[in-house]
Order: sequence, then structure tokens, then C-alpha cells
Amino acid sequence: MATATTTYREALREALREALSADDRVFLMGEDVGKYGGSFGVSLGLVEEFGPERVRDTPLSESAFVGTGIGAAIAGMRPVVEVMTVNFSLLALDQILNNAATLRHMSGGQLSVPVVIRMTTGAGRQLAAQHSHSLEGWYAHIPGIRVLAPATLEDARGMLAPALADPDPVVIFEHGSLYNVSGELAPVEGPLDVASAAVRRSGDDVTLLTYGGSLPKVLSAADLLAGEGISAEVVDLRSLRPLDDATIMASVARTHRAVVVDEGWRTGSLAAEVSARITEQAFYELDAPVGRVCSAEVPIPYARHLEEAALPQAEGVAAAAREAVGHRG
Amino acid sequence: MSTSHRKPAKPAHHGTHQDAAAKHHRDLLASMLLIRRFEERCVELYSAAKIRGFVHLYIGEEAVAAGVLDALGPADAVVSTYREHGHALARGVPTDAVMAEMYGKATGCSRGRGGSMHLFDTSRRFYGGNAIVGGGIPLAAGLALAEKMRGGPGAVCCFFGDGAFAEGEFHETANLAVLWGLPLLLACENNLYAMGTPLRAEHGQTDLAMRAASYGMPAWAVDGMDVLAVEDAARRAVEGIRAGHGPYFLELRTYRFRAHSMYDPDRYRDKAEVEHWRTRDPVMLLERRMRSAGELDDASYAELDRRCTDEVDRAVAAAEAAPVEPVGDLLRYVGTVPGDLPEAR
Ligand SMILES: Cc1ncc(C[n+]2csc(CCOP(=O)(O)OP(=O)(O)O)c2C)c(N)n1
Ligand SMILES: [Mg+2]
Repeated sequence: MATATTTYREALREALREALSADDRVFLMGEDVGKYGGSFGVSLGLVEEFGPERVRDTPLSESAFVGTGIGAAIAGMRPVVEVMTVNFSLLALDQILNNAATLRHMSGGQLSVPVVIRMTTGAGRQLAAQHSHSLEGWYAHIPGIRVLAPATLEDARGMLAPALADPDPVVIFEHGSLYNVSGELAPVEGPLDVASAAVRRSGDDVTLLTYGGSLPKVLSAADLLAGEGISAEVVDLRSLRPLDDATIMASVARTHRAVVVDEGWRTGSLAAEVSARITEQAFYELDAPVGRVCSAEVPIPYARHLEEAALPQAEGVAAAAREAVGHRG
Repeated sequence: MSTSHRKPAKPAHHGTHQDAAAKHHRDLLASMLLIRRFEERCVELYSAAKIRGFVHLYIGEEAVAAGVLDALGPADAVVSTYREHGHALARGVPTDAVMAEMYGKATGCSRGRGGSMHLFDTSRRFYGGNAIVGGGIPLAAGLALAEKMRGGPGAVCCFFGDGAFAEGEFHETANLAVLWGLPLLLACENNLYAMGTPLRAEHGQTDLAMRAASYGMPAWAVDGMDVLAVEDAARRAVEGIRAGHGPYFLELRTYRFRAHSMYDPDRYRDKAEVEHWRTRDPVMLLERRMRSAGELDDASYAELDRRCTDEVDRAVAAAEAAPVEPVGDLLRYVGTVPGDLPEAR
């Protein structure tokens, strides 16, 4: 089928449009999702198309409107709640953790919370320390929710429908540096599998595991490495909870080396979890210690050079891969 | 509640209207007495280590649950707090299921996952027991939003305390609910304390109804020890909500006779203050009123009381005999995502 040129932002919008058209129970709410079009322009035009009841501007009250989404989901609606950024989601963390993630369990299985919460994450736009953090690893810590990180146009377009079909809460992290990424997107064919990690580039010498906004950097690192004769496999985790252990371990079992790249801080990170699982499940396959490339342990700074230095970059990923390959088991 | 019709004391002057009123009063009395007897038994069971965890008693506040919930119908929804036995029972959650939950048994209304603070019964639209102070308020707004978007007739009633009134979640939700005209009854149980902190130390302005009104919703204070006043206020509020006037706020002025929880030695209140409030015991106030109206006598009161006690006895016996959930089911009801938990691989 014919592909079309689109952006990550437009792909997300198309997914929202499709969901709003397909199911009366679906509605979008969040700060400035209406006329303004969403703080990152994702919902631009949707209020004109679907009206202010279903594309609903909320007051500035993260806890109240996220909780309202959770309550509406319990009552059988299919709300998509947009939180401007993961930093602001902390004002709603009570609702997400103490209500969305626990209600099914606390009620002995009586309640279902089919809410989708979308938020922007990540750095790279010189927005400094209160708009740049990557806390998706915290969310991935929580049983009772599914955590997704679309890194490609296809996933931006395709992850919302399965998230809405999920009877449990799903949190979707959109990396701020990806909205303007453009490329070719094939028309949707059937529901997307959101449970599996994806091999974005095949290779034999080392597995580079990453997700979300770091994927383009890791793919660049793989290009650099290819120029040096190192064949890197790139695995996009896609689902941060649950993690697709099978795909991770299958790749590591072939390459015998792994580097995890995560924009979160290293200490207590998602990268730490992936690394621990590899040592638990594939220790005897390893020819080198599992490497990690994470953000420096500092609030993300404003100045461009400092911000760049704080974040994982292609060169640092390549260096970690070289080090892993340097180990000859 | 009453199955046998007793002879009215003054049959000559009573028509059907008076009979209906008398029956209604008996129902309210029965509702309050059941809560009272249930919780008195909880104290014994707690001392006997049959039930554990945080247990927050409602004794003294029964008129609020009985009166407010009497004004709701089955299509309405209820969101409660951790001090919720009274709300659950008055809503009609079976006494057996509540007691079994206190015991942590499989037959409990939350299959033993929740305990005293997390009672749920979706078949009665009872959406639980929230132990995060203020945490249930946005949830209730969401239930109300769903109702409104679907054009349903239901109202959502959310109980919370005077302490919760200080939380951002209350203020955020009050604003949002008014803005969106949600069918929400905000039922604030002002028992004058948040744990050990008295109202005047919690709030710069202690007139809670006035503050709620400032959000743009009808709000008023009610004598929360007078079940008929509570019921009347709730009925008026629910009428307004059903007429599409958006959220209402009731400040129900009440008092808890017991400590905050079973852990609380209750050192922060004057005994005299507690004794003063006990003279306004809501069960006693209704009982007196009914006696002077000839709606109740010693025999009928004793009969009512015995029925409540029997119901609690049966619930305890059933809970004692009930099975516990198998440990093999530990990971059930976390989510439907396969493989979410590493142990489940
Ligand atoms: C967010 C949060 N903060 C603190 C607590 C601890 N806590 C439990 S009950 C309570 C007092 C609440 O008082 P109020 O809202 O008046 O309700 P009451 O217990 O009097 O019924 C506190 C502080 C909690 N459970 N949740
Ligand atoms: Mg209180």
C-alpha cells in the first residue's frame, strides 16, 4: 500500500482522530487540548471536528483531571488524558499510583480502569530542569499499569488503539524531541502488537537496547559502529512495562554483549532493571559486563552544551559498545 | 427494613401519611443502629485480634451516612473514605460481605485485598474506600462526568472529611465540577478533627460551607447529628443535581465519639467535649423523637436492636467460617496484562 509523508505529531493526531471517530466512549481531555491544540500541537483541529465535550479543556489541576479520567474510565468511558509533561504528572501521581494502578486489586477484581494517559517526556530542547526529565522508569515500577514509549511513526500512529482496548490503565510517553520527526508511514493494517520489543536494526556483535527519544541516537551510534566494522543490533523496548524479556534475551544470546541506553538517571533506572534481568536470565550468554548509558546525575541544565553533556549521545553509546566488544570473553 | 407491622400507638389520628413517616423513621433508625452494632462488634473483634489493620470507627456519625444515602437511589454512585463501614452498610453492601472483608476472607466484598479501608461493591455502585485523604474526590468527579456525558440520571455522592477540605484535590475538583456542571454531591463530614488536629488548627477560615460556596455551587451546613435534617438537606441537594444544576456541597456537622482509629489513644480532646457531644447522639435523638411521636416503644426498639445484633452475629459467624484466598492467587487482580509481573512468567 502507498505510504504517506507524515510527522510523529501528525501520526499521534491521526490515532486520536481515529479513536474519537470509532468509539463514542472515547474523549480527550487535558490542559489546552482544545483551541490551543495541545501544548505540543498534537490535538490541533480536533476540537473543531469533535466538539468541546469530547475534546475537553481542563482547568490547571493535574490531580483533579487525571483522577476524573480514572473515574470516568471506571464508569465505562474510554478517556484519553493528556498531561503536558511528565514533570507535571507528579501533581497527579497520587491518582495514577494510588487509584488507577490499585483499584482493580483493592476491589478484588471488581473494577477496571481503562484510561489512557499520554504525556511528553525527555530533554533536548533546552527547557531546563523542570521540563526535561525522563521519569517513565518510575512509572514502569508500578504493577497495575502498562507503560508504552512510541519511538517511531508507526508506533505513534498505532499504539493508541491497543492502549484504549486494554482494560487496564496505560501510560504513553511521547518524547518531546520526536514530535517533528518526519518520514514515510504505511497505512494501518490491523491492530499493532504492543507487547513486544522490536529489533530496529539487526547485528551480530553487540545488542543496544533502548526506547523512545533515544532510539534515533542509538541508530546513529550503530551507523558509527558499522563504519568501524562493529555490527550492532538495536532493540527498541517499546513496552517499558511489561518488558519483553524474550526478545531482549534472544538478541543477547546471539550477540553476547549488551548496552542499555536510557535517558533516565542511571541510579535506580529502567536501564538498571533491564541490566538486572539480563544477568538473571542470560548471564552465561554474556561475554562482557552489561553496559549502561544514561543521563548524568544532575537536574537537566539549560545551556545547550551542558544539556548535551548530560544526555546520552550517539558517541557515548558507540564508546560503550566498543568497550563491550573489546571484552573478548 | 421492618417486616412485621406494629400497631401504631395513636391509631385514631394516624393516616397513611403518618404510617409512612413512622416506617421511614424506623428504617433510618435501623440503618443507624446496624452501623452502631456492627462497629461495637468491630471493637471487640479488634481486641481479640480477629480483625487488624487501620480501623476507623464511625460511631457518632451514623446520621450522616443513613441520611445522605437515604436520599440516593440505586442508579446513583457513592465514593467513600477509609471511615466507611457506615457508608457501605447504609448503601446496602451486605453486612456479611463487609465483615468478611474485615476478616480478610475470600468472601469479603473486596476478596480480602482491601480490608476496613477499601470496601467495594460495584453492584451497588459503591466505589470504595479511599485511604488517601482527598483521593476519592477526583474519582467521584470522573464518575459524575461519565454520567453527564451519557445523559444518565444518576448523581454521584462523595464523602470526605473536614481534613480533606484542606487538600488540593478537593479544591481542584470543586472548581472543575462547577465549571463542567457535574452531577456531584460533595458531602463533607465535618467531625471537627483531622486525626488529632482540631478544625481551627486546620483551617484559617472554618466556615467550610461558605468557602465551598465561593466556587460557585450551592453549599450549606447541616446538623449532622439530626438524621432527618441530613436527609432533608441531601434530598434537596440531589433534587438540584438531578435538575441539572451541577454540584452541591453539604457540610455535615458531626462528631466521632471514638478515637480516630483503633491505634489512637485520643489524647487531644477534652473528655467533657466528648461527653457534651454524646448528649447529641444521633441514634438517641431519633429514638427520642420517635418515642414522643408514638412511633416507637420499648418493645419495638428492643426488637429492632435485636435484629441488628442478630445480623452482626450472623456476619461474624459467616466470616469466621469463610475461606481465605489461596496464596497461589496472590497476583490476581493486579491487571490483565499477561506477564506483567516477573513472577508470573
Ligand atoms: C494524603 C494523606 N495524608 C495524610 C493521611 C493520614 N491521615 C489519615 S486520616 C487523616 C485525617 C483526615 O481527617 P478528615 O478528612 O477530617 O477525616 P476524618 O478522619 O475526621 O473522618 C490523616 C491526616 C492520609 N491517609 N492521606
Ligand atoms: Mg474530620
